[in-house]
Amino acid sequence: MEKKDLRKELKVSAIENGTVIDHIPSKSVFQVIKILNLTEYQNQLLIATNLDSQKMGKKGIIKVSNKFFKSDEINKISLVAPTATLIIIKDFEVIEKKKVEVPGYAENIVKCFNPNCITNNEDIATKFTVIDKKDLKLRCHYCEKITARDNISFR
Amino acid sequence: MKNKSLVSINDFTREEHIRILELAGAFEKRPKQRILQDFVVATLFFEPSTRTRLSFESAATQLGAKVIGFTDAASSSVQKGESLRDTILTVSNYCDIIVMRHPKEGSARFASEVSKVPVINAGDGANQHPTQTLLDMYSIRKTQGSLDNLNIAFVGDLKYGRTVHSLVQALCHYNTTFHLVSPIELKLPSAVKMDIKKRNLVYYQSTDIHDVIPKVDILYMTRIQKERFSDPLDYEKVKNAYVLRNSMLEDTKSNLKIMHPLPRVNEITSDVDENPKAYYFTQALNGVFVRQALLASILGVVD
Repeated sequence: MEKKDLRKELKVSAIENGTVIDHIPSKSVFQVIKILNLTEYQNQLLIATNLDSQKMGKKGIIKVSNKFFKSDEINKISLVAPTATLIIIKDFEVIEKKKVEVPGYAENIVKCFNPNCITNNEDIATKFTVIDKKDLKLRCHYCEKITARDNISFR
Repeated sequence: MKNKSLVSINDFTREEHIRILELAGAFEKRPKQRILQDFVVATLFFEPSTRTRLSFESAATQLGAKVIGFTDAASSSVQKGESLRDTILTVSNYCDIIVMRHPKEGSARFASEVSKVPVINAGDGANQHPTQTLLDMYSIRKTQGSLDNLNIAFVGDLKYGRTVHSLVQALCHYNTTFHLVSPIELKLPSAVKMDIKKRNLVYYQSTDIHDVIPKVDILYMTRIQKERFSDPLDYEKVKNAYVLRNSMLEDTKSNLKIMHPLPRVNEITSDVDENPKAYYFTQALNGVFVRQALLASILGVVD
């Protein structure tokens, strides 16, 4: 890690064990918290947003103590935070760094863009198959319409 | 196909489609047989569709089934604010199969997941209407002897018509050559054209109906609705360009049949009705046999 980056990271104190989710678009930080079900989290949770970032201008960061996510669990956040990087920390050391990947399937994260879809009219969890990971296109399991990057919104 | 719901035309394989069409042929020969007398069919019409409902109810009744249900949301508990889930959970206690029409897209898929009994989609908003697709396939196969290698023209509103989209997708399995005739504003959506391309099939797009008529085996007409145009002047310009008159049928193929999902307004003039190539009313009758085939095979009375 570069020195400059390190200094910025230290605006939020280090964790001993757990997962750091870095390079989250600032506007998506609270959505990431919601998707990962961290609102009820009982261990130490550090959240910062609107931090200066060379790469992104502004970014958010979330540090989750004593939590190591399963990949299908963490990949869900790629839909709101495609730039996010994951850093696995053990004994204050970086064990692993990786990018999030777009999952093949998304349940109850994305809102169907079709106002006439049953999921926008009844209390039903949305389900999508990701048919294009690169351009982000998702086919609604119910109305079969395609929600794409330019009309995506979240529940 | 026992206990299998039919929500989307793609829920059934090509082999299953053919099996349904063959069974429908058997019911056409013998439409009245009391093989479903131990069964109750519920027709839940959350929006009115008299034609589709009567076709299903005729199909069920001729096979001896009892039919229960409602004809529009106003006469059901939906009016009191009941959720679709609750309606389906309740009704599936009372019947062996549900036939449902609903204004929201995806409603039939959801119902099939909640229901204890199989669900046949009789139209979910602008999404799917698979029994229409199957009756269209039956009509084409019956009049042409086969579904393979045909020249089929679709004329009119190719953009919004779910009937056209589903039928084009289904015909992609049969080496069809497509002739797509519509105003510029109402061209077939690119997603459906992609399905044609994926199968390496050929389609021709045109705004003129005259060149196409002599080449085709099936002429599938649809209604152009005024409300589809943002500018009423655009509608006025095209409204008479896609009308079929009897005089236009002179130099056409002997096996040509004219189809239309109905209701027709003015896109086929009434002088065509007497022409033996007009097939749209027989097409509607075929819907009864196809629906008999579906009810009987999903209820497990025939294999």
